[in-house]
Amino acid sequence: MRTDFVVREVATGLRRNVTMTAAMVLTTAISLLMVGTGLLAVKTIDATEAIYSDRLEIRVALTQDVSTADTDCTQPICAGLRSTLENSPLVAGVTYENQQEAYERFQELFAGQSVAELARPQSLPATLRVKLVDQDGSTEAGAAAVKQAMENQVGVRTVIDQRDVVAKLFDFLGGVRNVTFALALVQAVAALMLISNTVQVSAYTRRTEVGVMRLVGATRWYTQLPFLVEAVITGVVGAVLAGVGLLVGKVAFIDSLLAGIAQNGVIPPVTLADVLTVSAYLVPIGAVIAGITGYVTLRLYVKV
Amino acid sequence: MIRLERVTKMYRTSTRPALDRVSVEVGKGEFVFLIGPSGSGKSTFLRLLLREDVPTRGKIWVTDLDVAKLPRRKVPRLRQRIGVVFQDFRLLPNKTVGENVAFALEVIGKSPSTIRKVVPEVLELVGLEGKADRMPHELSGGEQQRVAIARAFVNRPLVLLADEPTGNLDPDTSQDIMLLLERINRTGTTVVMATHDHSIVDSMRRRVVELDMGRVVRDEAHAVYGVGR
Ligand SMILES: Nc1ncnc2c1ncn2[C@@H]1O[C@H](COP(=O)(O)OP(=O)(O)O)[C@@H](O)[C@H]1O
Ligand SMILES: [Mg+2]
Repeated sequence: MRTDFVVREVATGLRRNVTMTAAMVLTTAISLLMVGTGLLAVKTIDATEAIYSDRLEIRVALTQDVSTADTDCTQPICAGLRSTLENSPLVAGVTYENQQEAYERFQELFAGQSVAELARPQSLPATLRVKLVDQDGSTEAGAAAVKQAMENQVGVRTVIDQRDVVAKLFDFLGGVRNVTFALALVQAVAALMLISNTVQVSAYTRRTEVGVMRLVGATRWYTQLPFLVEAVITGVVGAVLAGVGLLVGKVAFIDSLLAGIAQNGVIPPVTLADVLTVSAYLVPIGAVIAGITGYVTLRLYVKV
Repeated sequence: MIRLERVTKMYRTSTRPALDRVSVEVGKGEFVFLIGPSGSGKSTFLRLLLREDVPTRGKIWVTDLDVAKLPRRKVPRLRQRIGVVFQDFRLLPNKTVGENVAFALEVIGKSPSTIRKVVPEVLELVGLEGKADRMPHELSGGEQQRVAIARAFVNRPLVLLADEPTGNLDPDTSQDIMLLLERINRTGTTVVMATHDHSIVDSMRRRVVELDMGRVVRDEAHAVYGVGR
């Protein structure tokens, strides 16, 4: 294989229709940008889930009378509940938060807001905070068992599963991810069609050359490689642009958007390393997809 | 060198076969005219030899290759043994004469040093010395056909196929092209030329295979185009 031949043919091919090449590169870039965004969303969601699954607890709020009477969970009702919980193999640990502690946490949480001033220690329930054992990445069974054991017990007011609250956030994040991927898919289809179309146009404008090549007995490599290389270059350039886009997006939007919550550790920040890793994935993805599309197009539509 | 055994070619869009049980054998170094009116199947005959298409029935041999059964990846091997020229020259308009000829070698992987050596040789053979840097549009029709012949011949094929190579040329220029094909034939290359030009066939007195409606109606050595035509 003569590389100078391929290089020359590819260069002429790319230059021959600059607008088409640019459109192909941009569409590929945008669809890969969306794929990249989706991948970053997945990464962030996974990291967030990891953070929360550690922190998530079941809170067993105690009734008013028990809460007021018992400051250290030594009286029979609270102690009974506590030992029931601690005896369960699905429970990793139980801590008691009395009214005073609850009040302090409440003040901290709502510092500066009017509810903080209105709240009184005796209006807040004492709680048993239950940490669950992680079984194969899930605390589902434990949560169900604790709820069943605690609900309607004497001294129990309500059982609050924090996972229910956070599940809504995850649902939302999951939705964002799905929408991103759906858009990426639509974009990807558009990019595929554009690549396929460009390969066809490219092959059509070069039909005389290709015709001569076939007649003089050039192998498929010689007739097809220039088109494939063109498509792959487009894919790679598109991917690099998408990577740049992700980087710009991170610096310009994500960082300021997430600055507050990420600092507080509510969700993990999108790091530069994440962006670079995802960008690095996009390049082979772009190259392979463009190459396959080009190959299939040549097989299906172009007699070479 | 070339052998067709009861070759039939049916095009899907047509009811009548383009070639109908054609059997022809062409020996090494022969010069054969393939004649017949338009639509008689001359181009189809040549296309089948090149494996541009496959016969519906029958067998085709070119050298030791079973053309109809040749797997796709071996088709280039067949085509590297055959040179072809057409009525419309099929030169690359944005390449010079030299580049057009060199292109045929480049795409089959010949080395630059080989190309630099053989391209001037073949241009001289076809009478185009000193015109390597011209563009095709700067040449006359006859000169363009010479470039096409140079390109077909530069890899020293065993067989040269020509599909109405003089169809676009005036009689004098046509005669020059015939002399060139004769010279190529004298190097031992088998030449099969499709034409319906009476005067050329009559002046050359070579073997004539005549097709009509896809059938071989005549196969005669040292022949003329035919009486009463
Ligand atoms: N690609 C094709 N599809 C359908 N019919 C064809 C095709 N090529 C040739 N034919 C038909 O086959 C017959 C022979 O054509 P051709 O070989 O081109 O004859 P010639 O070269 O002698 O003029 C004609 O009837 C023509 O219409
Ligand atoms: Mg014809």
